[in-house]
Amino acid sequence: MTTSPFPILIIVVPLISAFLVPVIGWWRKGLCYPLVIGALSLSVFSSIFILRMVMGQGTIHYYLGNWAPPWGIEYVIDHLNAFVAIIVSVISLIIAIGSKRNVEQELPEKIVYFYCLFLLHVTGLLGIVVTGDMFNLYVFLEIASLAGYALIAIGEDGAPFASFNYMIYGTIGACFYLLSVGYLYVVTGSLNMGDLSQILPDLYHSKVVLMAFAFFIVGVGLKMALFPLHVWLPDAYTYAPSAVTALVAPLMTKVGAYVMIRIVFTVFKPYFSLELIPATAILSWVAIVAILFGCILALGQTDLKRMLAYVLIAEVGYITLGVGLANRAGLTGAILHILNDALMMAGLFLVVGAIVYKGGLRNIHQLRWLHRKMPITMAAFTVTALSVIGIPPTCGFFSKWYLVLGAINANRWLFAAILLISSLLNAILFFRVIENVYFEPARYAHNGGIHEETSRDEAPLSMLIPILVVAAGILSLGILSGEIVSNIIRFAVPGDL
Amino acid sequence: MISHLEDVIVQTVGRILIPFIQVYGLYVITHGHHSPGGGFQGGVILGASFILLCVAYDINEAKRRMTEKVDTVFCSLGLIIYSGIGVICLVLGGSYLNYSKLYRILPVNPIDARSMGILGIEIGVGITVMAVMISIFLDLASRGEHEEGLE
Amino acid sequence: MEFILTKYHYWIYIVLMMIGFYAMIGKRNLVKKIVGMNIFQTAIILYFISTGAKRGATIPIVEHGQGGAMHAIHAVHYVNPLPHVLMLTAIVVMVSTFGVALALIIMLYRRYKTLEEDEILELRK
Repeated sequence: MTTSPFPILIIVVPLISAFLVPVIGWWRKGLCYPLVIGALSLSVFSSIFILRMVMGQGTIHYYLGNWAPPWGIEYVIDHLNAFVAIIVSVISLIIAIGSKRNVEQELPEKIVYFYCLFLLHVTGLLGIVVTGDMFNLYVFLEIASLAGYALIAIGEDGAPFASFNYMIYGTIGACFYLLSVGYLYVVTGSLNMGDLSQILPDLYHSKVVLMAFAFFIVGVGLKMALFPLHVWLPDAYTYAPSAVTALVAPLMTKVGAYVMIRIVFTVFKPYFSLELIPATAILSWVAIVAILFGCILALGQTDLKRMLAYVLIAEVGYITLGVGLANRAGLTGAILHILNDALMMAGLFLVVGAIVYKGGLRNIHQLRWLHRKMPITMAAFTVTALSVIGIPPTCGFFSKWYLVLGAINANRWLFAAILLISSLLNAILFFRVIENVYFEPARYAHNGGIHEETSRDEAPLSMLIPILVVAAGILSLGILSGEIVSNIIRFAVPGDL
Repeated sequence: MISHLEDVIVQTVGRILIPFIQVYGLYVITHGHHSPGGGFQGGVILGASFILLCVAYDINEAKRRMTEKVDTVFCSLGLIIYSGIGVICLVLGGSYLNYSKLYRILPVNPIDARSMGILGIEIGVGITVMAVMISIFLDLASRGEHEEGLE
Repeated sequence: MEFILTKYHYWIYIVLMMIGFYAMIGKRNLVKKIVGMNIFQTAIILYFISTGAKRGATIPIVEHGQGGAMHAIHAVHYVNPLPHVLMLTAIVVMVSTFGVALALIIMLYRRYKTLEEDEILELRK
């Protein structure tokens, strides 16, 4: 039990600010943005502080209202939580800065409500990450999702319908989660994750526990858009406003992946999910199909945002594969990929936001000459794309490396081969875009070379800096990934794996 | 838009009932910590009294009594009360929502301070629930056509 | 038969849940989907509440006031309050989901002048 207030400050600061935003926005609209930035910076500060504490003294327990668990709600922060909390808070801060112009351009009248929902969404995500209580997790999951539905619905033409579909699927997912919490509560009488993991081993042969586990996986799979349950994702993320996609796409699925890791390896011991039932084997096969499916369908898209949505489905597949392999290397790869993928998706969707802000065209074939118009943005895009493909100095390479290593350690040569194939598919996918951006398409060269001299029209500085920060992050985290693995992730992977 | 049905009976009954409903709502909120009830239930009752006003009269009458902006402020205010009390506990050296620390600023002993703290929380929750009920009703009943609703 | 009768509350919740689930997935009208969603969530609430019930037990409120807390408290005499508290929160979540859903439906109706999924898909082409 710690008395340091930082675990709760991570959540309370964005929560209070979310409700201060409408009040202040009523008085003076211009103050909303600084308030949002201030709140998110405080969150970033507390999460960094917490990671330092966790690295110094191990797992932190924080009792809300000083009620000891399992009666009270407890916030437990270990290496995995602290790591994901930093990702969520930092990425949301970057997105808040980078999408300011998008918000002003696309949603001029709804700035106040947008920022209110933005902060609520971030509060929900951070809450999911830090809590150590199953039901509390459900509440935060729904806070994040409800804010997400509303954020997506304010988008372009198809957005309300996409958001409605998302809501139907999301509610099914949340209800399944709630139902499994109920099953576990009936057999154990506890809602605390640490408590559950101690009580459950005696009950592993109960059918109720088995059903609870199945409902967990399906419910969380719906929230994180795991392959057969991904149907809501492409529409929702394509039609949402660019600022919203940039926020929701990198974080919501990653936090879902975190919940899955938490449930499969902390609430249930690896003994249950590995040996008693073939859960991890099924998960890894599903993940493989998700990777192939995402990459192949992404090939068929011409809308850049939609293509990235399918890439995201494949990326969720990578993380699930790491969970499914269930050995040290595989899980290390999965946790590292949570970080890398959050960065890559944030970078890509910020670039899309910048393109939309400047030109409004998202069709891949209409991107040509963009390297003259926005050279720096496109350079950042290329770096990010190389990372998605998995080219060595970038961080995407390292998480894939660990995944391939995990597949080989598990003697799953097919999985390793498919990981490599998916890298090739990603290369085709992104070089199709990069080709259109940097090189003149052949059919124009034929008519005597119509040189549309495009003047330089770079994105504004407030968008450019976050994009460059993400690109620099991708490069430097690639170089530092050894440090991250040996200092943080090594402790986040359960010991008996 | 709900039609302007000028019905004397409904309006009179509404006018008589609404104050009693509201007093009952306040009773449920303030006794929430030692009898069944609390912020959620009381807030819903308060919100329902307002919805009765909308049904008996019309939405414009209701909006005259509580404008959209006031409603939004109430929505936020309740939550700020809630988390504000939590943060005060934090500042006083306890953990979040540890009301017993409130005895340092309230003239009571730590055990009664718990009771007072939860009362503050119930009041915050009640205000927010009432405002949200009203807000949902107004948004939906006017089909989102009033000034700052949907869209 | 006895298997069904002794656990009848579970059967009721399962039947309700399946009705809701079918309406959410199978029906093509958006309002019916939302009604299905509500039935689905209510079924789960019913499940939780039924797990907290006890025969011959009363509401879990200890007699307040002087000396009330001095008596020994036997858990047998009170229903389990925790599922009720959890479901109070779940009801709030349900209401907000319902509100968001209705708001979305109004937006959709304004845009497409219909609430049939097929017609909306047709119009979006």
